[in-house]
Amino acid sequence: MDKGLLFFMQLLASGIALGCLYAMIALGFVLILKATDILNFAQGEVIMMAAFICYFLVTALHLPFLLAVLLTCLSVGLMGIVTERVILRPMIGEPVFAVVMVTIGLSIFLRSLAGIIFGHTNLVFPSPFPKETVSMGGVILSQTQIWIMISTLGLIVIFFLFFKYSRIGLAMRGTADDQHIALLMGISVKRVFALIWGISFITGAIAGIFLANVMVINLGISFVAVSAFPAIILGGLESIPGAIIGGIAIGVIENLAGGYLDQIIGGGVKDVTPFVVLFLILMVRPYGLFGKKEIERV
Amino acid sequence: MLQTLWIKAWIGLFILGLVVAPFATDPYVVYLINLSCVATVAALGLNLLTGFTGQISLGHAAFFAIGAYCTAILSSEFGMPYWLCLPASGFFAAFTGLLLGIPCLRLKGLYLAMATMSFGVVVEYVVITWEGVTKGVRGIGIPTPKVFGYPLDSNEKLYYFLLAVTAIAVVAATNLVRTRIGRAFIAIRDRDIAAEVMGVNLTKYKVMAFAIGSFYAGVAGGLYAYLMHYIHPEHFTFLLSVQYLAMIIVGGLGSILGSVFGAVFITIIPEFIKGLADLLTLAIPALQDKYDDGWNIAAFGLLIMLFLIFEPKGLFGIWIRVKTCFKNWPYTY
Repeated sequence: MDKGLLFFMQLLASGIALGCLYAMIALGFVLILKATDILNFAQGEVIMMAAFICYFLVTALHLPFLLAVLLTCLSVGLMGIVTERVILRPMIGEPVFAVVMVTIGLSIFLRSLAGIIFGHTNLVFPSPFPKETVSMGGVILSQTQIWIMISTLGLIVIFFLFFKYSRIGLAMRGTADDQHIALLMGISVKRVFALIWGISFITGAIAGIFLANVMVINLGISFVAVSAFPAIILGGLESIPGAIIGGIAIGVIENLAGGYLDQIIGGGVKDVTPFVVLFLILMVRPYGLFGKKEIERV
Repeated sequence: MLQTLWIKAWIGLFILGLVVAPFATDPYVVYLINLSCVATVAALGLNLLTGFTGQISLGHAAFFAIGAYCTAILSSEFGMPYWLCLPASGFFAAFTGLLLGIPCLRLKGLYLAMATMSFGVVVEYVVITWEGVTKGVRGIGIPTPKVFGYPLDSNEKLYYFLLAVTAIAVVAATNLVRTRIGRAFIAIRDRDIAAEVMGVNLTKYKVMAFAIGSFYAGVAGGLYAYLMHYIHPEHFTFLLSVQYLAMIIVGGLGSILGSVFGAVFITIIPEFIKGLADLLTLAIPALQDKYDDGWNIAAFGLLIMLFLIFEPKGLFGIWIRVKTCFKNWPYTY
């Protein structure tokens, strides 16, 4: 393969791996949005909390990795249920602005709380994945990246089966469709809300643990979630397949822009690209690829 | 406003108090009041945009930064006086506000929040990377402003200057919301479709709200540059935008007096937390030297949540309740 093409393929492959991470984070946003119409700005802090908790379970308590992951998911899921019950339920019926602001308040509260508890040093997660890289026709990927792709695929399959076949999954889809009718059909909307927050936090936790493996753990991890906003906008706010496709697309675009434009403009292009893309999507097609098109002419 | 003798007396007393304040208190308090003044101007702008017109903005710090850099560059590179720098900062910020407002016309709620937030991120990036103009992470020093050849080289001297600008800003905003424009803003907030049907030109007034809000932020940024003598990209992060939102939420959305309350409250709250942390340290020695900025930020987050859940009208709501309580006494119920 010639050199330019190989460079492109390499950027594409690692872009897809990064995009899978975004997709996982975006899933966490979209699940809550779809069921409860709330954009949870604190999702990034959930991811950060999960990374910290998992780190301390592995290093301080010397638990095996898989057990630590399980415990992290459980505790973060519980945190999600408690958050819904204590903070979001009193806000039912309030205007969008108030609800958005509550989650922003929660996000900066959790972030600084994490700073107070865990400190501001950079922690390095003892990665359970082997260091050897895998080469596929010249394109090099680390094993962590491959596991990220596999886990994202697994999550997609699990969610598909869950929403298609399980009783509670159906109840959730019903609630997302129309809360009043769901309530009339005997679905406990309150329980659905609590559970969806739990599930969304667990999705965030899995993303957080993987993020901990690919970057150093500090408070900055929470900003990765902000970079996933373009993914949910691109996919359409309320679409689960949209979140996945949007996530992967943003990951690839970001990586390509970083790879080609950084040489011209100078560093940091990678970090702003998602926001420029977000801005462009909002201008051209605000409801994204798969979103509901709300027609309202004013 | 000045209906009765009592109100006149109280307002007179309040103004007198503000005038003698620098002589009666120590320099640190004066510095805090100065910071509150800057915050008040910025919070007024955000309240006009978010509280009155209902357009959520998570990028207010970006306009503040634009104003601050405008003043810094004009006064340090070109030696311009304050009376040119401040309006120039305001108008330049208003111009960028127009540029942001026009594409954001179609967006509402969550979408608008995300668009303004990404605007903030992009401005932060530009400020750090465009070293030729902003000097990047080295920051810019600002010369002392001179009023009629008289240098404002201490906090006490700056105090009167800031107070005057803040007073103008407050009076202008109070009057603005009473005019046709202000009514149009409120109509758009309450129901934009109904406003359009009533003959309010949505395009015009939404863009105008963006421009006015960013004008205030720009002027506040300029004042901030004069107050701090040195600005750095780190001063203008997303957290600052959240802080302004905290001000208008804690103070009271859609209320001029509320913006002032909120700005003062959020500016002085770190002092209380520091005091509280000292007390806690006495009780629990393990907390020694643990206090840092994180505690303040945690408190902002907590305050935003508590006010939204328990007192959505903010400090202004409490103020009104206390006032009616006194007014109706002894028939309070």
